[in-house]
Amino acid sequence: MDGDVAQGLLRTMWRIRLFEERVAQLKRSLQVHGLIHLSIGGEGVAAAVCGQLRDDDAVYSGHRAHGHAIAKGAPVDRVMAELMGRVDGVCRGLGGSMHLVDAAHGFMGATGVVGGNLPLALGTALTAHLQGTDQVTVVFFGDGAVQAGHFNETINLAALWRLPVIFVCENNGMAEFTSREEHSTIERVSDVVAPYGFERTTVNGSDVPAVYDAFGAFLGQARAGQGPMLLECVTYRRRGHYEGDPEKYRDPVAEQEWAERDPVAQLTAQAIAEGWIAPEEAGSIEAEAGAEIEDAVRFGRDSQFPEPGLSAELVYAK
Amino acid sequence: MTGQVEITFVDAICRTLARAMREDERVIVLGEDVAEGGPYLVTAGLADEFGRERVRNTPISEGAVCGVAVGAAQAGLRPVVEIMFIDFITLALDQLVNQAAKAHFMSGGQLTVPLVLRTQGGSGQRNGAQHSQSLEAWLTHVPGLKVVMPSGAADAGGLLASAIADPNPVVFVENKSLYFRREPVPDPIEAIALGRAHTVRIGRDVTIVALSRMVGEALEAAERLASEGVEAEVIDPRTLVPLDLDTLAGSLRRTGRGIIAHEAVTAGGFGAELAAQLQAAAFDYLEAPIQRVGAPFTPVPVSPPLEDAFRPGASEIVRAATVALEWGRYDVEPWEKGALAP
Repeated sequence: MDGDVAQGLLRTMWRIRLFEERVAQLKRSLQVHGLIHLSIGGEGVAAAVCGQLRDDDAVYSGHRAHGHAIAKGAPVDRVMAELMGRVDGVCRGLGGSMHLVDAAHGFMGATGVVGGNLPLALGTALTAHLQGTDQVTVVFFGDGAVQAGHFNETINLAALWRLPVIFVCENNGMAEFTSREEHSTIERVSDVVAPYGFERTTVNGSDVPAVYDAFGAFLGQARAGQGPMLLECVTYRRRGHYEGDPEKYRDPVAEQEWAERDPVAQLTAQAIAEGWIAPEEAGSIEAEAGAEIEDAVRFGRDSQFPEPGLSAELVYAK
Repeated sequence: MTGQVEITFVDAICRTLARAMREDERVIVLGEDVAEGGPYLVTAGLADEFGRERVRNTPISEGAVCGVAVGAAQAGLRPVVEIMFIDFITLALDQLVNQAAKAHFMSGGQLTVPLVLRTQGGSGQRNGAQHSQSLEAWLTHVPGLKVVMPSGAADAGGLLASAIADPNPVVFVENKSLYFRREPVPDPIEAIALGRAHTVRIGRDVTIVALSRMVGEALEAAERLASEGVEAEVIDPRTLVPLDLDTLAGSLRRTGRGIIAHEAVTAGGFGAELAAQLQAAAFDYLEAPIQRVGAPFTPVPVSPPLEDAFRPGASEIVRAATVALEWGRYDVEPWEKGALAP
């Protein structure tokens, strides 16, 4: 970790944080549409993982995907327009929050079906393997996906075929409304894959340099054609499962706990203490990100809704 | 130089796969036991020519294997994935329905999924309720999928060539009863465009629209009807999605009487959709309600006499044609005529 890397990570994390806080507001006034799942508390994982990838590396994500898409390079204005259902959205308004795709930056797709993205990532990794490229595929998923059949089928195949794919589990301890102990007897997701002979590790997802280093080590191996690996990041889900979730299933968030686990605050404090950034730089990074998000909101509002014929036009590829 | 060879449905599929793999490095074949040829030897020999990287055995993990094919297709390969029995497609439906069918649409056109899912269905081998179904109608309900049902060896090869070249996910539903009959097939096999029905027999009195194995049954029914002076037209839609409604409706407007025959359970079968579309397209020309021939509303039984009774064939088509032809000639009320239907 050095000044340039820390600044880059903070910039990405602030862009995600402020994007999502703005989206939460816009959801309350019905200016963004559909089910909205925010990743506030998990920005460090998105930034530390995607920040080390190339555009031609593939990333798959799940329903909580805004941060991954933005960190992989999707333009925030077009992501905002997508959430608003506008024609200038990354998916021309047909995908929305849970189905973001930005193929130009290798963001090959979010999926709204928990666990459904896992085998897709394996297929993309198989393509890189057969075509002899050094592209790496990363798939993000939550601890809730681990209990899905697709997870175990995919893990087995990945190990069997030794494909260059890195599984990144964001274990926030909550699967929708219930805690992990109600879903599985295995606490650590990295333990689930142990019998398959995976390279695996668990890190504190709020400790961004730790995520950065652990992922970087895996990435170097995957780039050399090795794999698969599993990186479990223990994160904190600041918001409900979705925006509007009354969150009756848990106590109000303890502010002290949040302060200890907020990855933006943690990295900012560490970066200043280590001398990676000057204190005033932290403020300017936040301010720049805020201005970019306001531009994105304006961009989205100025964009038109798609013509009604667009749906029929895009059912089949020509 | 084109000629003709006598080969089986299975040979036609295998030859088409081999040719596609020879011509295009991006084509791969994956599924349970495909490198060993599979239980019906459809992929026999492919691993010898193309190796086990491109002809890839998989574990019994239909969901993930279908998903791997989708991810590979999105990344630029042209996978042909085999689901050994259509009954097991239930395990792959998330990947097929939620991912493959919608990726192009949800991405605003950024992604394409040039994928073929080959599978086979149909009864007749005493395999029972979990290895004999005809589930194609489920797939026709999903925008974004194409659904192909070949009725013979030449069509199987020709339609598969087009399916592999298509930029969309295509479900290719074979019928196990057709696999080992030797039939004349063009050599080399010529691609047959998806979405074009084939008028197999010309006739003026009644139109029989038949799917897959029922095309052969319809031809036999047409012979029996001809012996009674009735000329039946037999049309094979070949692809359910996209559907060549113009050819089907054009025939029905000429004959005024229509039969739809498929091996699937009649209730909720693709025949219901065909009947609805055809009556809307040809209502003023109809002399009788469109009749449907299909299987009864039960799972497929194993016991030979029960399975034989379950399986619709030429006799059921003749009976349905007779109802359509005699419609209006009986001295009974219209609502009683329904009871004459098979």
